[in-house]
Amino acid sequence: MLIKMETLTLKQLVDDLGFVALTDETRLNRTPESAYVSDLLSDVMGKAKENMIWVTSQAHKNIVAVASLKELSAIVVVNERKVSQDVIEQAEKENVNIIASERAAFETVGLLFDYLNS
Amino acid sequence: MEMQFHIEGGDFSGAGTASSEVKKVLKQLNISPMIIRRIAVALYEAEVNVVAHAFSGEMTVNIESDKIQICIVDEGPGIEDIEQAMQEGFSTASDKVREMGFGAGMGLPNIKRNTDEMKLSSIPGKGTTIEIIVKF
Ligand SMILES: Nc1ncnc2c1ncn2[C@@H]1O[C@H](COP(=O)(O)OP(=O)(O)OP(=O)(O)O)[C@@H](O)[C@H]1O
Ligand SMILES: [Mg+2]
Repeated sequence: MLIKMETLTLKQLVDDLGFVALTDETRLNRTPESAYVSDLLSDVMGKAKENMIWVTSQAHKNIVAVASLKELSAIVVVNERKVSQDVIEQAEKENVNIIASERAAFETVGLLFDYLNS
Repeated sequence: MEMQFHIEGGDFSGAGTASSEVKKVLKQLNISPMIIRRIAVALYEAEVNVVAHAFSGEMTVNIESDKIQICIVDEGPGIEDIEQAMQEGFSTASDKVREMGFGAGMGLPNIKRNTDEMKLSSIPGKGTTIEIIVKF
């Protein structure tokens, strides 16, 4: 189990939890370290730590800048919120991973919590 | 080394551009990642405040051997009560801006927490000036 934690990639997490990568899948090679849940951008700016996954229902362009500046490993957009093509393009330009979860925030975070702590 | 950026009020999709540019330069200068992250947070929050609350602003960034100095002068409504604005949770953001996840009233406290010096001054009805320093 220890070995799994050390080598866990976002790709593996996405496959195991049934999420969908909206940005280039071949870039899901980072190792996520815990997660932070918030729809308030300056809350994430202040409190999230590098390499965390950010779970949010915000889907506009500014989430890319926040994730990039904070060096978050990925954004998980919940609730089938539509992420527009220009947001995805901006994310790819800035090397930000955007992942979609069709579940609501509560279920998504529950899954992530168990997965990242196992 | 000096850099200048123009910030347009209301241009949310452009918010963060200046912060990213400065971050890139600091990386090239081999500044410690922890310091870079603090600067990125402060810069982004200051940039977004112009976008969310003012009409337009000019950002001047000065990078010296031992510190970075950033000054943003904006034209806008200004701030009536600086002490109140600095309080966590205080915000005058519009509903539209809040829907985007801004307006938690955490931006200025984030700047304070991530900088070594912060000076906020304003002439209500004219504009706001913020000066910050982070030591390397
Ligand atoms: N450049 C500015 N011009 C005019 N008012 C400002 C400016 N910067 C901050 N303010 C005022 O200070 C308040 C607090 O700012 P702060 O950045 O802490 O929170 P916010 O911008 O409202 O929300 P958040 O930063 O959490 O998204 C603002 O709501 C606004 O009233
Ligand atoms: Mg703010």
